[in-house]
Amino acid sequence: MKFIDEFRNKEIAEGLIQRIRRVSIRPVQLMEVCGTHTVSIFRYGIRGILPEHIRLLSGPGCPVCVTPNSDIDLAIALSRQKDMVIVTFGDMMRVPGSTSSLQKEKAEGRDIRIVYSSLEALKIAKESLGKKVVFFAIGFETTSPTIAVALIRAKEEKIRNLFFLNSQKRIPPALLALLQSKQLGIDGFILPGHVSTILGTKPYQFISKEYGRPAVITGFEPLDVLHGISMLIEQIEAKRAHVEIQYRRVVHDEGNPMALRKIYEVFEEDEGNWRGLGLIPNSGYRFKEPYNEMDVKNFDVEVEPSKEHPECLCGEVLQGIKTPLECRLFKKVCHPENPIGPCMVSIEGTCHTYFNYQ
Amino acid sequence: MCLGIPGKVIEIEKNVAKVDVGGLLRDISLDLCPEVSVGEYVLIHTGFAIQKVDEEEAKETLDLLRKMAEAI
Repeated sequence: MKFIDEFRNKEIAEGLIQRIRRVSIRPVQLMEVCGTHTVSIFRYGIRGILPEHIRLLSGPGCPVCVTPNSDIDLAIALSRQKDMVIVTFGDMMRVPGSTSSLQKEKAEGRDIRIVYSSLEALKIAKESLGKKVVFFAIGFETTSPTIAVALIRAKEEKIRNLFFLNSQKRIPPALLALLQSKQLGIDGFILPGHVSTILGTKPYQFISKEYGRPAVITGFEPLDVLHGISMLIEQIEAKRAHVEIQYRRVVHDEGNPMALRKIYEVFEEDEGNWRGLGLIPNSGYRFKEPYNEMDVKNFDVEVEPSKEHPECLCGEVLQGIKTPLECRLFKKVCHPENPIGPCMVSIEGTCHTYFNYQ
Repeated sequence: MCLGIPGKVIEIEKNVAKVDVGGLLRDISLDLCPEVSVGEYVLIHTGFAIQKVDEEEAKETLDLLRKMAEAI
């Protein structure tokens, strides 16, 4: 078993679609929180094969997209300082800040490098004596333990020239903010499979217990997504609300306790600033001692006042309030070659996905 | 960004595994998933194994899906 092709079986998919059609009666809005789900749903044409009264909304589950301009502007300002190296994941390069992007700064000669793993940042720091290396750290709970490991190793190995611009986010408080929004009526959540390999089910219990909505932790292959939707519809039609796991091959109730220990060894929960959703309590992290020495907040750097393109709808798109089709810039001015907002940059951004598949 | 891909553990040395990902061998950190053995599958994210892939659970899910599809 390779755990991929088996979950793309056409006959089983057809059976699941028929089952969803048979069971589903009432109109519902389901939100897929994770950008990887949005891509799967579009790539496999899942929106088009569901009954019309099942509406799928795309949520804020793309870490690049929810990174606020103020953090991007800070990374850009840091990159302009002498003897500074900025390292980050690939998608961050092209995201426009208020007046520039890391990619433009690199073209101007700043030392900005793309890494695939947090451990590469350690290696770059070791090889860059006399320079400060700043890891622009973005990501949700899937990525945060890997960043925590880099911090722990940097301390153990006494690497003193590695610093972190921390823009990581926590998913459950964002879901709470969406549930509290008056503008959205969400009947159920397709919960992110890989974030949940770390978190397990416990941090999501408020969705069913306090808000009476079902939620299903779902995998990313087409059978996973159809199965997850089917489980949600069956709960809704039976007037049940539980947090269930569809993606059982990698998600367990307790999550990954080792990974959670690493996160909370280094970080504690703090207010997070999300593009579109604004400040959300406990949705970010701050450094614990002694790791706070590695926080770029200790640096003396002047950052330009943050501003966004007045017509960009990324903020509304991230909340599921609007679709990219409602944005005046979409496809006309804003496209993958010339992204105006971050949702068009990331391959998991909703605008990028609409551009490719709609 | 939260992409995870399954790969088969071929060799383990200390906390690094050689993992077969679609025919390519890659060095993967086991810092977050230490209790893994050669021959097992792990889910990989940004160079780290973040969870074991449970083959029994995968088979059970597929069996359930087949039954659900056939019951129509």
